[in-house]
Amino acid sequence: MKIYSSKLDKKSDKAIVVDDMLLTVDMPTSAGSKMLDGYMSLFEAEAITRLKANGYDIVGKADVGEFSFDLLGETSCNGAIVKDGKLCNASAEILKADEAVATVNLEVNGTVIRAAAQNDLCAVKPTYGTVSRYGTVPVACSGECVSVMSRNASVCREVLGVIAGHDDKDGTSLPEPYEYTSGVRRVAFLKSMTQGIDGEISEKLSSFKATLEKNGVEVCELDDEVICLSNIAWNILMSSELCNNVSRYDGVKYGHRAESFSGIDELYTNSRTEAFGELLKKTILFGSDNLSTENYMKVYDKALRIRRVISEAFAKIFGEFDAALMPACSTLSYGEDYLQSNKDAAFTENFYTAPASITGLPAVAVGGIQLIGKAFSDMMLLEAAELCEKEGK
Amino acid sequence: MKYETVIGLEVHVELATESKIFCSCSAHSYGSEPNEHVCPACCGMPGMLPVVNKRVVDFGMKAGMMLNCHINRVTTFDKKSYYYPDLPAAYQTTQWFAPVAVNGLVEIETSKGKKNVRIKQIHMEEDAGKLVHDIREDTTHVDFNRTSVPLIEIVSQPDLSSAEEVEVYLDRLKNLLRFAKVAECEMAHGTMRCDVNLSVRPEGSDKYGVRTEMKNMNSIEAIKRAIEYETARHIDAIENGTEVLVQETRRWDDIKGKSYAMRTKETAGDYRYFPDPNVMPVVIDDEWFDSIQDSLPEFPEVKRDRYINEYGLSEYDADQITKSIALCECFEEAYSVCKSAKDAANWIISEIMSILNKRMITYDMLKINAHALGELILLVSDGKVGRANAKKVLSDMFDDLTIDPLKYCEANGYIVSNDTGLVEKVVAEAIANDPKAVADYKGGKEKALMSIYGKCMKELKGNCDPQMLRTILIDAINKI
Repeated sequence: MKIYSSKLDKKSDKAIVVDDMLLTVDMPTSAGSKMLDGYMSLFEAEAITRLKANGYDIVGKADVGEFSFDLLGETSCNGAIVKDGKLCNASAEILKADEAVATVNLEVNGTVIRAAAQNDLCAVKPTYGTVSRYGTVPVACSGECVSVMSRNASVCREVLGVIAGHDDKDGTSLPEPYEYTSGVRRVAFLKSMTQGIDGEISEKLSSFKATLEKNGVEVCELDDEVICLSNIAWNILMSSELCNNVSRYDGVKYGHRAESFSGIDELYTNSRTEAFGELLKKTILFGSDNLSTENYMKVYDKALRIRRVISEAFAKIFGEFDAALMPACSTLSYGEDYLQSNKDAAFTENFYTAPASITGLPAVAVGGIQLIGKAFSDMMLLEAAELCEKEGK
Repeated sequence: MKYETVIGLEVHVELATESKIFCSCSAHSYGSEPNEHVCPACCGMPGMLPVVNKRVVDFGMKAGMMLNCHINRVTTFDKKSYYYPDLPAAYQTTQWFAPVAVNGLVEIETSKGKKNVRIKQIHMEEDAGKLVHDIREDTTHVDFNRTSVPLIEIVSQPDLSSAEEVEVYLDRLKNLLRFAKVAECEMAHGTMRCDVNLSVRPEGSDKYGVRTEMKNMNSIEAIKRAIEYETARHIDAIENGTEVLVQETRRWDDIKGKSYAMRTKETAGDYRYFPDPNVMPVVIDDEWFDSIQDSLPEFPEVKRDRYINEYGLSEYDADQITKSIALCECFEEAYSVCKSAKDAANWIISEIMSILNKRMITYDMLKINAHALGELILLVSDGKVGRANAKKVLSDMFDDLTIDPLKYCEANGYIVSNDTGLVEKVVAEAIANDPKAVADYKGGKEKALMSIYGKCMKELKGNCDPQMLRTILIDAINKI
């Protein structure tokens, strides 16, 4: 277990911890990988620059799983964090220990939403393109977002307000001004997305639904099977992009280099074989295969089409509703042995988070569940989260 | 049996933008120290995101329009993955699915007449770095200056059939792209490189033979030799069964004059193209499209015809000058000052082009103050400066762009004297010193006059109106 704590002694109501996917110039950035162990970047993430300019202190870095696409960070080269027999997430542990007011994370494959949901925290994965990805270790660029996690929604809202905004250094950054919506009136409860959830999650959903209704929000049940295809398509897109993005780590210019090799091909192979973990290797193979000439049209291109179909399905839902309510994960905690029986958990448990990842729609985790809204509804989703928080207190 | 060679070219041209395609590093690496123009983005370090340089798209569109292509109004960038030490991110950002320009046409003219070469597509991409092999230390160094320098790749259809056609086609591309000022196209500088795809088939056949590709050719002469060698090798294989032809990439060794198959490892592979999610599709709206179209230059042949019809130049002169946009610009500027197209053309063709040839400078690299050239031409045509002295001034003008011809001639004593007394005195002396030549001339030898004339002109340091000297000289001899 490793939570960077170099500066954690500083108690401050402006203390922020960033995860190890955000590049820093005064602390190493390892992205949870032996490949980048001790890597010092020449520049820092845009989100960090904006936080500093607004009086926030970056007091430390939280460990992540290798390139942060696993369940909760268990694939880190520093090992999994396990407490009371349960898998934990470094950023969530930092927040629960009150060592920072918020963490800023790169949400690649649902880790942030899951960690918040399981630890009774609030997290927002903003509308794709509203927060600059400049200075984040690239994994699945078409869906990953710089996100915020905190003990309460109001802090998430405040921090998001600081890091959001157009950045010329990111070609996918949206032009300002962003017209954030507000006021939740109608929420769709996506029944088809409740597959596989346990009783506790089911209860969380019911109680959130009740809270909304109590506050005059209309909640309607809705079935949409297309959205259930999200993680199948997302796994293809994510692994393909990941395969390409991590190909730069070859042991030549920086990062881990094997000690023994003869020739350049062996240098590449040995360095990568030694430094990359099992899940990463498996994902690289999957991604590489998806992009092969033979499979591109059959697999990758089809996933891109499914992405569009899912976006259209959501657009239809948001024609009538302000937000969609669904689980963030199947269970409130993963036992130590969870991964033994669910070896592909990173590619199955993202059933609940992939809809937001693949569409770039904003998502908020609160009270153990998840709300997804249309583009620029980030602040509105956080308003709804605040309703839930009030109810809990 | 008679055979025909079928050739298609992939020509890589470095675009002459100030900065690289996705970052703000300088794109001018020729002559720089290794790794002088690099940043975390073009070195492929994690966390930097590509932001498309709009000028690159401008230039890509312009190149497409010069080659009569259709411009794709939505053009996208894609990633091409492969491992090589000169490619720092292990992928090249290029255009695979929707290149900026498609379906073009380039007309070439060879000894066999005119011919159209179809352009399949032009795509924009980033260049790779450069490996420098140090034989003494047995090490290889990598220079990332060239990494992410913008390129266009111009892919032709297999419409070329000889080394001559290839040479003319490459010259034509260079001429068109230089007219549009989008590229230097200098093979010696590496700003134009060429992959040659070649196959051979019986004349008249509609089936293609087995195709081989020779990559990264960087001199016209080498390309011509390689085409001749490959053609002969293919025919030999077909006729005599000396070897089995396979579709492969070959390396041309220009010193040995042979091509070699590359190791299969170097050619095998799957580039795993996919759309780059970090680069949004570039949408070319009407306003943008029109602004580029409005900025297109006059095409070389339009200029040529105008020079003939408007300025009265001979076809030969017009052809010579329109070989290069630099010569055209020099001509037009000099003409605007001296008002004589014939004089301006003469000075450029007989003097400037020969100085460039002597100094081994390509016409395109011409750097001269053309306005001053026009003034110099005027000084000569007005009889104020002798032609021989004017040539000296012109030569100096190549080295100093600030020379004002009139002041320079005054300072160097190149101004023609109108002092007839002085000329008469010089002539009298010359006649007195060379009675034999005078006698020869009187005896009918025209050449003898030129010898005395030359001596007089030399004595006068060239500063005499030739007609005046001639008249005075003949008068003086006739008086004897």
